[in-house]
Amino acid sequence: MKKYKHMHYQINDKGYYGGFGGAYIPEMLHANIEELKTQYLRIIEQKDFQDEYKDLLSNYVGRPTPLSYARRLSTKYRSKIYLKREDLTHTGAHKINNTVGQILIAKRMGKTRIIAETGAGQHGVAAATVCALMGMKCIVYMGEVDIKRQSPNVTRMKMLGAEVRVVKSGSRTLKDATNEAIRDWINHPVDTYYIIGSVVGPHPYPDMVARFQSVISDEIQKQLKRMEGREFPDKVIACVGGGSNAAGAFYHFLDNKEVELIAVEGEGLGITSGKTAATIRIGEEGVFQGSKTLLMQDHEGQIVEPYSISAGLDYPGVGPFHAHLFKSGRGTYLVATDKEALAAAFELTKLEGIIPALESAHALAALKKIVLLPDEIVVVNLSGRGDKDLEIYSKNGNYE
Amino acid sequence: MSRLKTLFKHKNSNILNIYITAGFPALNDTILIVQELEKAGADIVEIGMPFSDPLADGPTIQASSQKAIENGITLSKIFEQVIEIRKTVQIPLILMGYFNQVLKFGVPQFFRKAREVGIDGLIIPDLPIDVYKNEYASLVDEIDLDLIFLITPQTSNERIKMIDKLSNGFLYQVSSHSTTGAQQDLQTSQIEYFKRVKTLNLANPTLIGFGIFNHDTFTAACQYANGAIIGSAFINAVANSTDLPSTIHQFVKDISES
Ligand SMILES: Cc1ncc(COP(=O)(O)O)c(C=O)c1O
Repeated sequence: MKKYKHMHYQINDKGYYGGFGGAYIPEMLHANIEELKTQYLRIIEQKDFQDEYKDLLSNYVGRPTPLSYARRLSTKYRSKIYLKREDLTHTGAHKINNTVGQILIAKRMGKTRIIAETGAGQHGVAAATVCALMGMKCIVYMGEVDIKRQSPNVTRMKMLGAEVRVVKSGSRTLKDATNEAIRDWINHPVDTYYIIGSVVGPHPYPDMVARFQSVISDEIQKQLKRMEGREFPDKVIACVGGGSNAAGAFYHFLDNKEVELIAVEGEGLGITSGKTAATIRIGEEGVFQGSKTLLMQDHEGQIVEPYSISAGLDYPGVGPFHAHLFKSGRGTYLVATDKEALAAAFELTKLEGIIPALESAHALAALKKIVLLPDEIVVVNLSGRGDKDLEIYSKNGNYE
Repeated sequence: MSRLKTLFKHKNSNILNIYITAGFPALNDTILIVQELEKAGADIVEIGMPFSDPLADGPTIQASSQKAIENGITLSKIFEQVIEIRKTVQIPLILMGYFNQVLKFGVPQFFRKAREVGIDGLIIPDLPIDVYKNEYASLVDEIDLDLIFLITPQTSNERIKMIDKLSNGFLYQVSSHSTTGAQQDLQTSQIEYFKRVKTLNLANPTLIGFGIFNHDTFTAACQYANGAIIGSAFINAVANSTDLPSTIHQFVKDISES
């Protein structure tokens, strides 16, 4: 990880992206967060950490992931479309980039018990995987609703030796799993390390997770240089739940204004339907799960339960990184409905032979919503593969 | 002088502070509950502002918050209830809740409104003390509201002293590594922590909370602090009560007497 000076879009020394971020945590977590804050950069910059992290990324995760030119998709949309293939990583989504990094930090901090939250189950699987690899105890919190709709991942986590704890509070989805993980951490502050799965939570998590995911845009730069003779695309498109795959795909392009950064949220059944997860679009500033950000809330400041067909996007907040990119105008934030995402998933499957995760399908759906020029280079971050979503695809499929 | 200061001036041991979620068990029970708590001998009442995602709370307070929200509790309703309560009740009243609701209401507006209806202090667990110091401390001084902050077994002596300087009313001494509602006898490590804090000679009184649920834990806590705070155990007691006044009087009696 090179040290880039992104004057305006990176975290400042107080842990804020513009007006968003910070560490709004109860005193019970102060010592933990302080410990992490004082150690994470020091650890990440150590040579032995870098060596081990890079080795695991290439020889265990399977990086660099390909940047595939999508020929038939490009013809259809009259543009040059590349797919960044995070679906081809070990465990099948970008989430592993982050868990590999954080488990190495946890080890160096002497922690022995790992906790994580998960929505789609991809982060849970990625956490369980690195815990198996390192021989560490792993507990994953997952909402009851998500356990039902992403059951293959529950089986994987259990097989990997993780304990999956069913969360039955609130909307029984990602936000509630995150609450329970934070409560667990309050109850086990000494031996436990909390591996957060996205660029959310109190500082330093958003920055740490963004750094670990930044390998995505680092590789895109190098691959485009080789394939197109230039280091940057015209557009990068990524889906946003908490925002980690998007943060990683945007990271090295933040200061290059020639690159349009396009993020896509889960619109669910429609912005005005009351069944949506389009946080940026309808959210307002507030404090939630440790940071000041945009979130879906009512006039009393109660959190509004989100909805998206995609468990990984079904979250009422968004990382402070994205709240700031949106407010500053640097990022373009679009939405895609359940239906549009499903259509995009089937389209990619038929045209390119790739079954995407439902989350990633939201990014693909944006191709229909933006103006594309014939010579433009567009990179869509294919954050994960669709195996976990087969049940939903088969229910909604149109196979003729 | 604030009601909290007056209280601690006249009584500095065995202070009983009871927490009740506003709007629970039924929407307007809050009024009767606080009135009866005063009659039964509680020294302070903390009124919880129910939040959809209460991070520092265990299952009991989570469930009571959810029920209260379903009952239709709102901040303006809570303020109305406090106005009603203040018609008779003289003991210090504290609001406890999460920062997002305060932020949404408008922080200065919220602080002023709370003071205006007769609230003496606020506990906002996820308002970090440095943010408070930089952005809101001067406002709080101006309107004479007591801001109460938490300390935990993990808080260093140095930090406890810093928090003590910025706090008014009392310090909320969280008894263990836990969310609210844990129920077990006090462990030796907790007693050591209580002793450690006691030797610091803090400017503010301390009340021990989280995991205080019966006469024994209350009495033990009172040996090391000026008193203790009971939340989940009281919520459980009123949750199924068919006669709130008698439940409340019995509860306070059971805590105070062996
Ligand atoms: C494949 C995939 N993409 C995207 C996401 C959304 O997370 P984020 O916004 O942090 O990338 C998830 C989350 O579970 C996921 O599994």
